[in-house]
Amino acid sequence: MRKVELKEITKTYDGKIDVLSSIDVTIEPGEFFVLVGPSGCGKSTMLRMIAGLESITSGELALDGKRANALPPSERDLSMVFQNYALYPHLTVEQNITFGLHVKKISKKEQKVRCEEVCEMLGLTPYMKRKPKELSGGQRQRVALARAVVTEAPLCLMDEPLSNLDAKLRAKMRSEIRQLQRKLGLTMIYVTHDQTEAMTMADRMMILSNGRVQQIGRPLDVYNHPDNLFVASFIGSPPMNLIEAEVSDSMLTADGHWVMPIPNEKKWLLREDKVMLGIRPEHIKLAKESEPGFFVQVANVEVLGTETLVTFDFGEKSQWVAKWSGQYDILPGTKLRITVDNKHYAFFSVKNGKRLDRSPIPAAVKKVSS
Amino acid sequence: MSTGKRILLYITLTVSGLVMVFPILYAFLISFMQGGELLQGSFWPESFSLVNYAAAFERVPLLMYLWNSLLVSVLIMAGQLILCSLAAFAFVFIEFRGREWIFYLFISTMMIPWEATMVPNFQTVQSLGWLNSYAGLSIPFFAMAFGTFLLRQQFKTIPKELYEASQIAGISKLRFFTGVVLPVAKTTMTTLAIYSFLTAWNMYLWPLLVTNNEANRTVQIGLKQMQTQEIASDWGVVMAGVMIVILPTLILLFAGQKRLQEGLTQGALK
Repeated sequence: MRKVELKEITKTYDGKIDVLSSIDVTIEPGEFFVLVGPSGCGKSTMLRMIAGLESITSGELALDGKRANALPPSERDLSMVFQNYALYPHLTVEQNITFGLHVKKISKKEQKVRCEEVCEMLGLTPYMKRKPKELSGGQRQRVALARAVVTEAPLCLMDEPLSNLDAKLRAKMRSEIRQLQRKLGLTMIYVTHDQTEAMTMADRMMILSNGRVQQIGRPLDVYNHPDNLFVASFIGSPPMNLIEAEVSDSMLTADGHWVMPIPNEKKWLLREDKVMLGIRPEHIKLAKESEPGFFVQVANVEVLGTETLVTFDFGEKSQWVAKWSGQYDILPGTKLRITVDNKHYAFFSVKNGKRLDRSPIPAAVKKVSS
Repeated sequence: MSTGKRILLYITLTVSGLVMVFPILYAFLISFMQGGELLQGSFWPESFSLVNYAAAFERVPLLMYLWNSLLVSVLIMAGQLILCSLAAFAFVFIEFRGREWIFYLFISTMMIPWEATMVPNFQTVQSLGWLNSYAGLSIPFFAMAFGTFLLRQQFKTIPKELYEASQIAGISKLRFFTGVVLPVAKTTMTTLAIYSFLTAWNMYLWPLLVTNNEANRTVQIGLKQMQTQEIASDWGVVMAGVMIVILPTLILLFAGQKRLQEGLTQGALK
């Protein structure tokens, strides 16, 4: 287990544009930490800087409290899994796993024992004599994992390790990696662009965009209390529905004619002229007869078995998505009356995208204990 | 393809093949001809006796020449493989200031014909006292821009992650080079080996310049010697010598054909 600290880390290639700017975070020992963000946000660069494959322009990187900015990769005592697995094509699975162990002064006998253990753990025993090209994508992925695990390095870095797998295998490997990390007590830093992976695997996650930290926190906190518009729209599938609304006389008006009363506890909204209103898809409900609601026209319906996604036109330009659990038989074109409990509203500043309301959006986490 | 087209294709290929192979085939036949047979314009020798072959070995120290050629070719091949692969490795995996610029300067030497550098090379070799030595015959050919270029292109196809993974594992550059890069680039290395061996084997002008005794001469010069030793060349004996000389070339070509083709067409598909 290792502690990784980044202090004011900045990276630039040409001295003008910062690829990463002032990254400040401490990753605790044994933590599964996920870096998530869209392509080109700098998450891989950050990982490579921790690995020592990329130089640090300014700031300080500390491993277990010791400055490690100039330490070569091999002296950082970490392992790394690459997106394309980086298996040596001319070596067998066994050789791939043990290649490089001699550097760590591990005897041939010990290497063999370790390799067999790891293969057993990852179900690779039948394939030990095969070359990478004779393996399926999932098996290659496991070899890459095995190679990281066999070094027994306390810190493991993963750069989008699941992005080359199909959806089913990805879900399986997600859970396998998580279990492996817990079992071995590794400190894990995991890069992905897939918010589902981030949500399901992370102890804590960092959302990056354009080289800047958007938010750091536990997945549910990030989901329930997004700090800004970017996080709100990036985390969650389908994403949070957003619309600009005008504030006037204790009323919110969206798109000219959608009028909602401002709840009493949110009177501070009156300080703003315009706000961004956000609502999670699962918080949109069908209105009962007694409830106030809006009429909307259904544009598309996706029935997923356990849940139904209903897309409808909201205002002139935007489309919103509602997520209802269960199966609904609705035809496109149908008019529905929907409602949203105003405690689920999230408000963001139109000017800088920051969340205006600091109080949490209520979430329904159900705790089950044995 | 229709049958007619196929027949036409095969006829064309056969004819072209015959045209290509004719000089060698005729040389082979001449190598069995005695005295005036060739001058009479006959195509087929009267008898297949090995008299000319025996004569070839008697007239010049052919075995010695063959040995010299083999040694020099193997030396050049080994030298080129080692230096080109190391240079290519540096150009691909080691980052240093002006790397691209130096590389282009390096390959621009491909545009200078070897003959243009012959005089300075000769003077260098002479002042080093390498005339009539294997060193003088082989070392000037060790650095080859073409080989470096070929291997650099091949090494560039090796994913950078392999290098990074070995850096993280703490594997040294040399170990990565010998343990990963060379095995992965085996095909191209073989192609280059065959290419440089054949080029070295067929060298004529340079060995002629830097050697003047029998102990170091290569076989190509031996052939020329055979031709000019007497006023009227005995073509039968000369051709017998030619046959002996091209034999190693042919063996190497057949043995390495698959590899050579793979190597030369590599990159054409991807």
